[in-house]
Amino acid sequence: MLAKRIIPCLDVRDGRVVKGVNFRNLTDAGDPVENARFYDEQGADELVFLDVTASHEKRRIILDVVARTADDVFMPLTVGGGIRALEDIRDLLNAGCDKVSINTTAVRDPYFIKQASERFGSQCIVVAVDAKRIREDMVYEPEEPWFSDPYLGEVRLPPPSPSESGGPVWAISTHGGRKMRRIDAVKWAEKMQELGAGEILLTSMDRDGTKDGYDIGLTRTISEAVRVPVVASGGVGTLEHLREGLVEGKADAALAASIFHYREYSVHEAKEYLRSKGVPVRI
Amino acid sequence: MIAIIDYGMGNLRSVEKGFRKVGVDVCVTDRPGVVEKADAVVLPGVGAFRDCMEGLKRLDVVDAVIRAVKDGRPYLGICLGLQVLFTESEEFGRCRGLDIFRGRVVRFGNSDLKIPHMGWNQVNLKQDNPLFAGIGDGSYFYFVHSYYVVPEDGSIVAATTDYGAEFTSAVCRDNIFAVQFHPEKSQKTGLKLLENFGKIVYGR
Repeated sequence: MLAKRIIPCLDVRDGRVVKGVNFRNLTDAGDPVENARFYDEQGADELVFLDVTASHEKRRIILDVVARTADDVFMPLTVGGGIRALEDIRDLLNAGCDKVSINTTAVRDPYFIKQASERFGSQCIVVAVDAKRIREDMVYEPEEPWFSDPYLGEVRLPPPSPSESGGPVWAISTHGGRKMRRIDAVKWAEKMQELGAGEILLTSMDRDGTKDGYDIGLTRTISEAVRVPVVASGGVGTLEHLREGLVEGKADAALAASIFHYREYSVHEAKEYLRSKGVPVRI
Repeated sequence: MIAIIDYGMGNLRSVEKGFRKVGVDVCVTDRPGVVEKADAVVLPGVGAFRDCMEGLKRLDVVDAVIRAVKDGRPYLGICLGLQVLFTESEEFGRCRGLDIFRGRVVRFGNSDLKIPHMGWNQVNLKQDNPLFAGIGDGSYFYFVHSYYVVPEDGSIVAATTDYGAEFTSAVCRDNIFAVQFHPEKSQKTGLKLLENFGKIVYGR
C-alpha cells in the first residue's frame, strides 16, 4: 500500500538553513547537509529545500547545497524558490534534485509549467499553491495579462457578489504571501494539473507559522479537485495536525518545518503516532 | 566497470553516487564503445518513454545495449530502463520499445488513483532473486511513474506492488534485472539493492 509521506521542509538562505514565521523573522540555524542527514536517519520520506535567498548573485549557492546533499542522502529532494527559467530547472536536476517547486513564475506565465513538464517530465514539476481565504478588504495585484486568454482566464476570481452564499473561496498569493492575485486557488490547481504539474504543494498562508493546524477545508477541496498528489503545508503545531491533513484533508503527503526543525517531535515519532491512528506510513 | 548510460533523461548523478556509496565502481557514459566494453550496463531514467527511446537511438547505444543483454552481461534497468525492455508503450499513442520482453507499457487507469504513483510503496517478492538478497518481502521503495509494465510471460515477474491493483514492479530473467522504483532514492533499502547488483556483476 502506498504510504502517506512525511516531508520536513528546510528554508535555506545563502546556503544556510533558516526558518521563518510567516516567511519573516528568519533566524540562522544550521548546515543544510547536516539537517538532511539528520532527517534521513529519522526516516523522513522526502526533503524540501525552500530557497529564500534574496539576492540574485547568491542564487547559485543552492546548487552546491543540493549537490552536497544528494551525494550523501539517498532520498527524494525538492527545491523551491527563485525558479525563473528552464535552465534553472535543468541546473537543479543536474545537481541531484528530483523535483522543483514553482510558484511566482507559474503565475507570471502559466504556460511555463507546460514547457517545463514537456521538457523534464511532469514527475519533477511541482506547483506551489500559496492560498489565502479571500476577505472583503483584500488588496490585489494588477490583473495578469494572460487573463484575456480564454483558456487561462477561467482561473480568474469572479468579482464578489453578496447574493451568493457558497463555501469559502481562496485566492493565490505570491512573494511569501505578500502579494495577492485575483486567481481562484482551486481552479488554479486544476489548471496547473492540466498544463502538466505532477504534484501540488499547497500552503495555507492563513495558517503558515501559526501552529493552528492545516486549513482542512482548503486541503480537502484541492485534494478532491485534482488527480495529482497534493502535499499539505502551513500550520502544523501537533502530530494530530498531521493526521488531520492526511485523513480529513485527504492530502497524500504532509509537510512541516518548525515542529521537526526545533526538535519538538522527530519524524519517527510522527510516524509512530500516525500508524497508531491507522494511517499508512513507512516505518 | 559498470556503465551507466547517460542519454539525457534526468537524474543520473544519484545512481552514480549510490553505487559509489556502496563501493561499486561505475562510470557514466554516452558512448557506444564504452557500453560495448562494460562488464554490466545500468539504464536509469525518468520521464517519457518516447524521449527515452529517441535518446538511446540518437546516441547509437541501442545495439550496444541489446548486445550486452544478449551476451549475458548483467543489465539493471531503473524506471524507464525497465519499461523500454518491453514491446511497446501506449504513452503518446504507441511507441516501440526494445522488445527484449514481450508485453506492453500501460497507464494507471483507475479513476480514483492519484497519478503519478508517487511515494513509498511496498515491493512483494515473487522470486528468490539475488538482486533482493537481504531485502525483506514487503520492503518500501520510492516510486514515481504513471505507466507500468504488463509482461506476457508471468515467469519473469520478480516483484509486484499494490496501487489500486497489483502491478509488476520488478522483472528478472537470467542476466536481466529491472525495477520500476528508484533504488537510488530509496535510502538504505535502495543502496542494498545497488550493492546486490554489484555483487551479481563481480561475483563477490
